[in-house]
Amino acid sequence: MIEFDFHLKREDFSLQLGSTVPGRGVTALFGRSGCGKTTLLRCIAGLERGVRGHLHVQNEVWQDAQHFLKPEQRPIGYVFQEGRLFPHLNVRRNLEYGLRRIAATQRQVEFNEVVELLGLSELIQRLPAELSGGQRQRVAIGRALLTSPRVLLMDEPLAALDAISKAEIMPYLERLHGELNIPVLLVSHSLEEVSRLADHMLLLDGGRLQAEGPLQEMLTRTDLPLAHSANASAILEATVIEHGADHMSVLACKGGHQLLISREDIKTDQPVRARILARDVALALSPPQDSSVNNCLSVQIRHISDDPHPGHVLIQLALGNETLLARITRRSCERLSLAPGKTVFALIKGITLE
Amino acid sequence: MQINPQDIEALWLTLRLAAVTTIVLLILGTPLAWWLARTRCRIKLLIESVVALPLVLPPTVLGFYVLLMLGPEGPIQSLGGPALAFTFTGLVIGSVLYSLPFVVQPLQNAFSSVSNDLLEAAAALRARPWDRFVSIVLPLSLRGFLTATTLGFAHTVGEFGVVLMIGGNIAGETQVVSIAIYDHVEAVDYASAHTLSALLLGLSFVMLVLLYMINGRFKPGITN
Repeated sequence: MIEFDFHLKREDFSLQLGSTVPGRGVTALFGRSGCGKTTLLRCIAGLERGVRGHLHVQNEVWQDAQHFLKPEQRPIGYVFQEGRLFPHLNVRRNLEYGLRRIAATQRQVEFNEVVELLGLSELIQRLPAELSGGQRQRVAIGRALLTSPRVLLMDEPLAALDAISKAEIMPYLERLHGELNIPVLLVSHSLEEVSRLADHMLLLDGGRLQAEGPLQEMLTRTDLPLAHSANASAILEATVIEHGADHMSVLACKGGHQLLISREDIKTDQPVRARILARDVALALSPPQDSSVNNCLSVQIRHISDDPHPGHVLIQLALGNETLLARITRRSCERLSLAPGKTVFALIKGITLE
Repeated sequence: MQINPQDIEALWLTLRLAAVTTIVLLILGTPLAWWLARTRCRIKLLIESVVALPLVLPPTVLGFYVLLMLGPEGPIQSLGGPALAFTFTGLVIGSVLYSLPFVVQPLQNAFSSVSNDLLEAAAALRARPWDRFVSIVLPLSLRGFLTATTLGFAHTVGEFGVVLMIGGNIAGETQVVSIAIYDHVEAVDYASAHTLSALLLGLSFVMLVLLYMINGRFKPGITN
C-alpha cells in the first residue's frame, strides 16, 4: 500500500492530492498535461522540494511532519520520460549504476534476469548515444529495476518514442507487469497505453484527484470523461481456451462468457485483455439469426447518458459483474425504447486483444 | 646556447610556482565553480565579477593590493601572521588571485553543462551528493578540468607584474623566468634573454598543442 497526501504550492500551480494506491499491479496516473501527474511522481521520489504532507509506503514513513527521506534514501526505481542515461557510461555501467549502490542483501533482481527480460544482451557494450530511443528506454527501465525497488515510478516511458519504438517496447512492459512483483505507478496521457498496462487508475485534473478505482470501472464510468472519449472502451479479462479449425479462437471471459475472435497467435491459457470499443457494440432486442456478427451477449442496460455528439447516446451495460459500453444513435435508442433495467443483446463487431 | 645556473633556478622556480598555484586553484576553484554553476543566489553576480577582475585589472594594481595585504601594516601581519611579502608563499597567494578566472571560468562552464536531470537520475539510483559529483559531474567535466589546468598553469608561468610587486627579484626565492628575462634585457645580455624567451615560447606552445590534441580526441564527456 502506498498512502500519500501532498500539498504543494507554486506560483502558477498547486497540487493537493491524497490517496491510497494498491501495493501491487500497475496504477496509472492519468490526466491532461499540466494536471500534476509528473509532479506527483516526483513528490513520491522525493525530488520535489517544498512539498508538505505525508507519504507511507508499505507501512514505512518516507515523509511526514518530522521526516523527509532524501531521494537517494528511498527504495524507488524511477524511469524518466527521456531515459536520462549517463552519456559517459556504456549500457552495462548504466545498468550497474544503481545495482552497485544497494546492499548485497537487498538485491532481489538479478542482472542477467533483467538483461534477458528487456532483451539487452546485444547492447551491453554500447554507449547511450549509439542506441535508438526504444533501446535507451529499455536500458532506463532495466537500470531502475536493478535497484530492486519497493515501487517503480514510470513517467510516460513511451511518450518520447515513435510508434515503431512504442510497439517494440510495449511487450517488455507487459512482461514486466506479468513477471515482476513490484508495484508500478505509471504516468500516462494515452488511453490505449493505460488500457493495455494498468490495473488501477487515478484520474487527475488541475492538481486534484478527480476519481480513482479499478481500471475496468474507471473506463466505463459514464460520469467521467474517459467513457465519452472517441475511443472509449471496456476491458474484459480473458483467456484463450480453444483454437478452431476455421482459424477462429474461443475466448473465455472471467465472468463465464465466451467470445469468438479471429486470431490464432495467442497461446491457450495465457491471460489477455480483450478491449471492446463503445462504437463497436450494437444493441438488439432479440438475438439476430441472420447477422454476420459472431459475438452476441445478453446484457442488462444499467445507465443511459448523453454523449458529446448530440445525435449519440452512451449506454452502460451490465455483463454479469462486468461492464460494457455501447455508443449508438439517439434515434435507435428511442426506436427500440431502451431504458435502464431492460435486457438486450449486445452485438460485438470488434475485439482488440492487448 | 648556454643557460647560467641562476636562470635554471629561475626556470625551476617558475615551474614550481605554476604547479603549486594550479593545484591550489583546482582545490579552491572546484567548489567555487560548482557553487557558481548551481546557485540561484543573488550575490552570484558579485562573486562572478570579483572572480573575473584579474582579467581586466592591470597586474600591478592587483600586486599592489596583495603587497599591502601581506606587508607589515597589512591584516595578516597585524593579526600575528607571518611576513609573506617577498617569499615563495607570497608569490603563490598573488598567483592564485591572478590566475583565478582562468581556472574557475572553464570549470563553471563545464559544471553548468552537466544537466540537473542526470543528477536527479543518479539520486534516484541511490547516489549521495558526493557520489553524484564524483561519478557523474567529474567525468562529464573532464575537458573543463583539462582546460582549467592548462590555462591556470600557462597563465601563471607568464605572469610578471604581480610577481614584481609582491616578490621583488630575489634569486632562488622569488625570481621567476619573466623577471630574469627582464633583467637580462636591462643588462643588454640579449643572448641569455633569447635563451629563456625561446624556452618559454616553446613550453607554452607545446602545452597548448597538447591541450587541443587531447580536447579534440574526446567527444564531450565520453570517457569509456
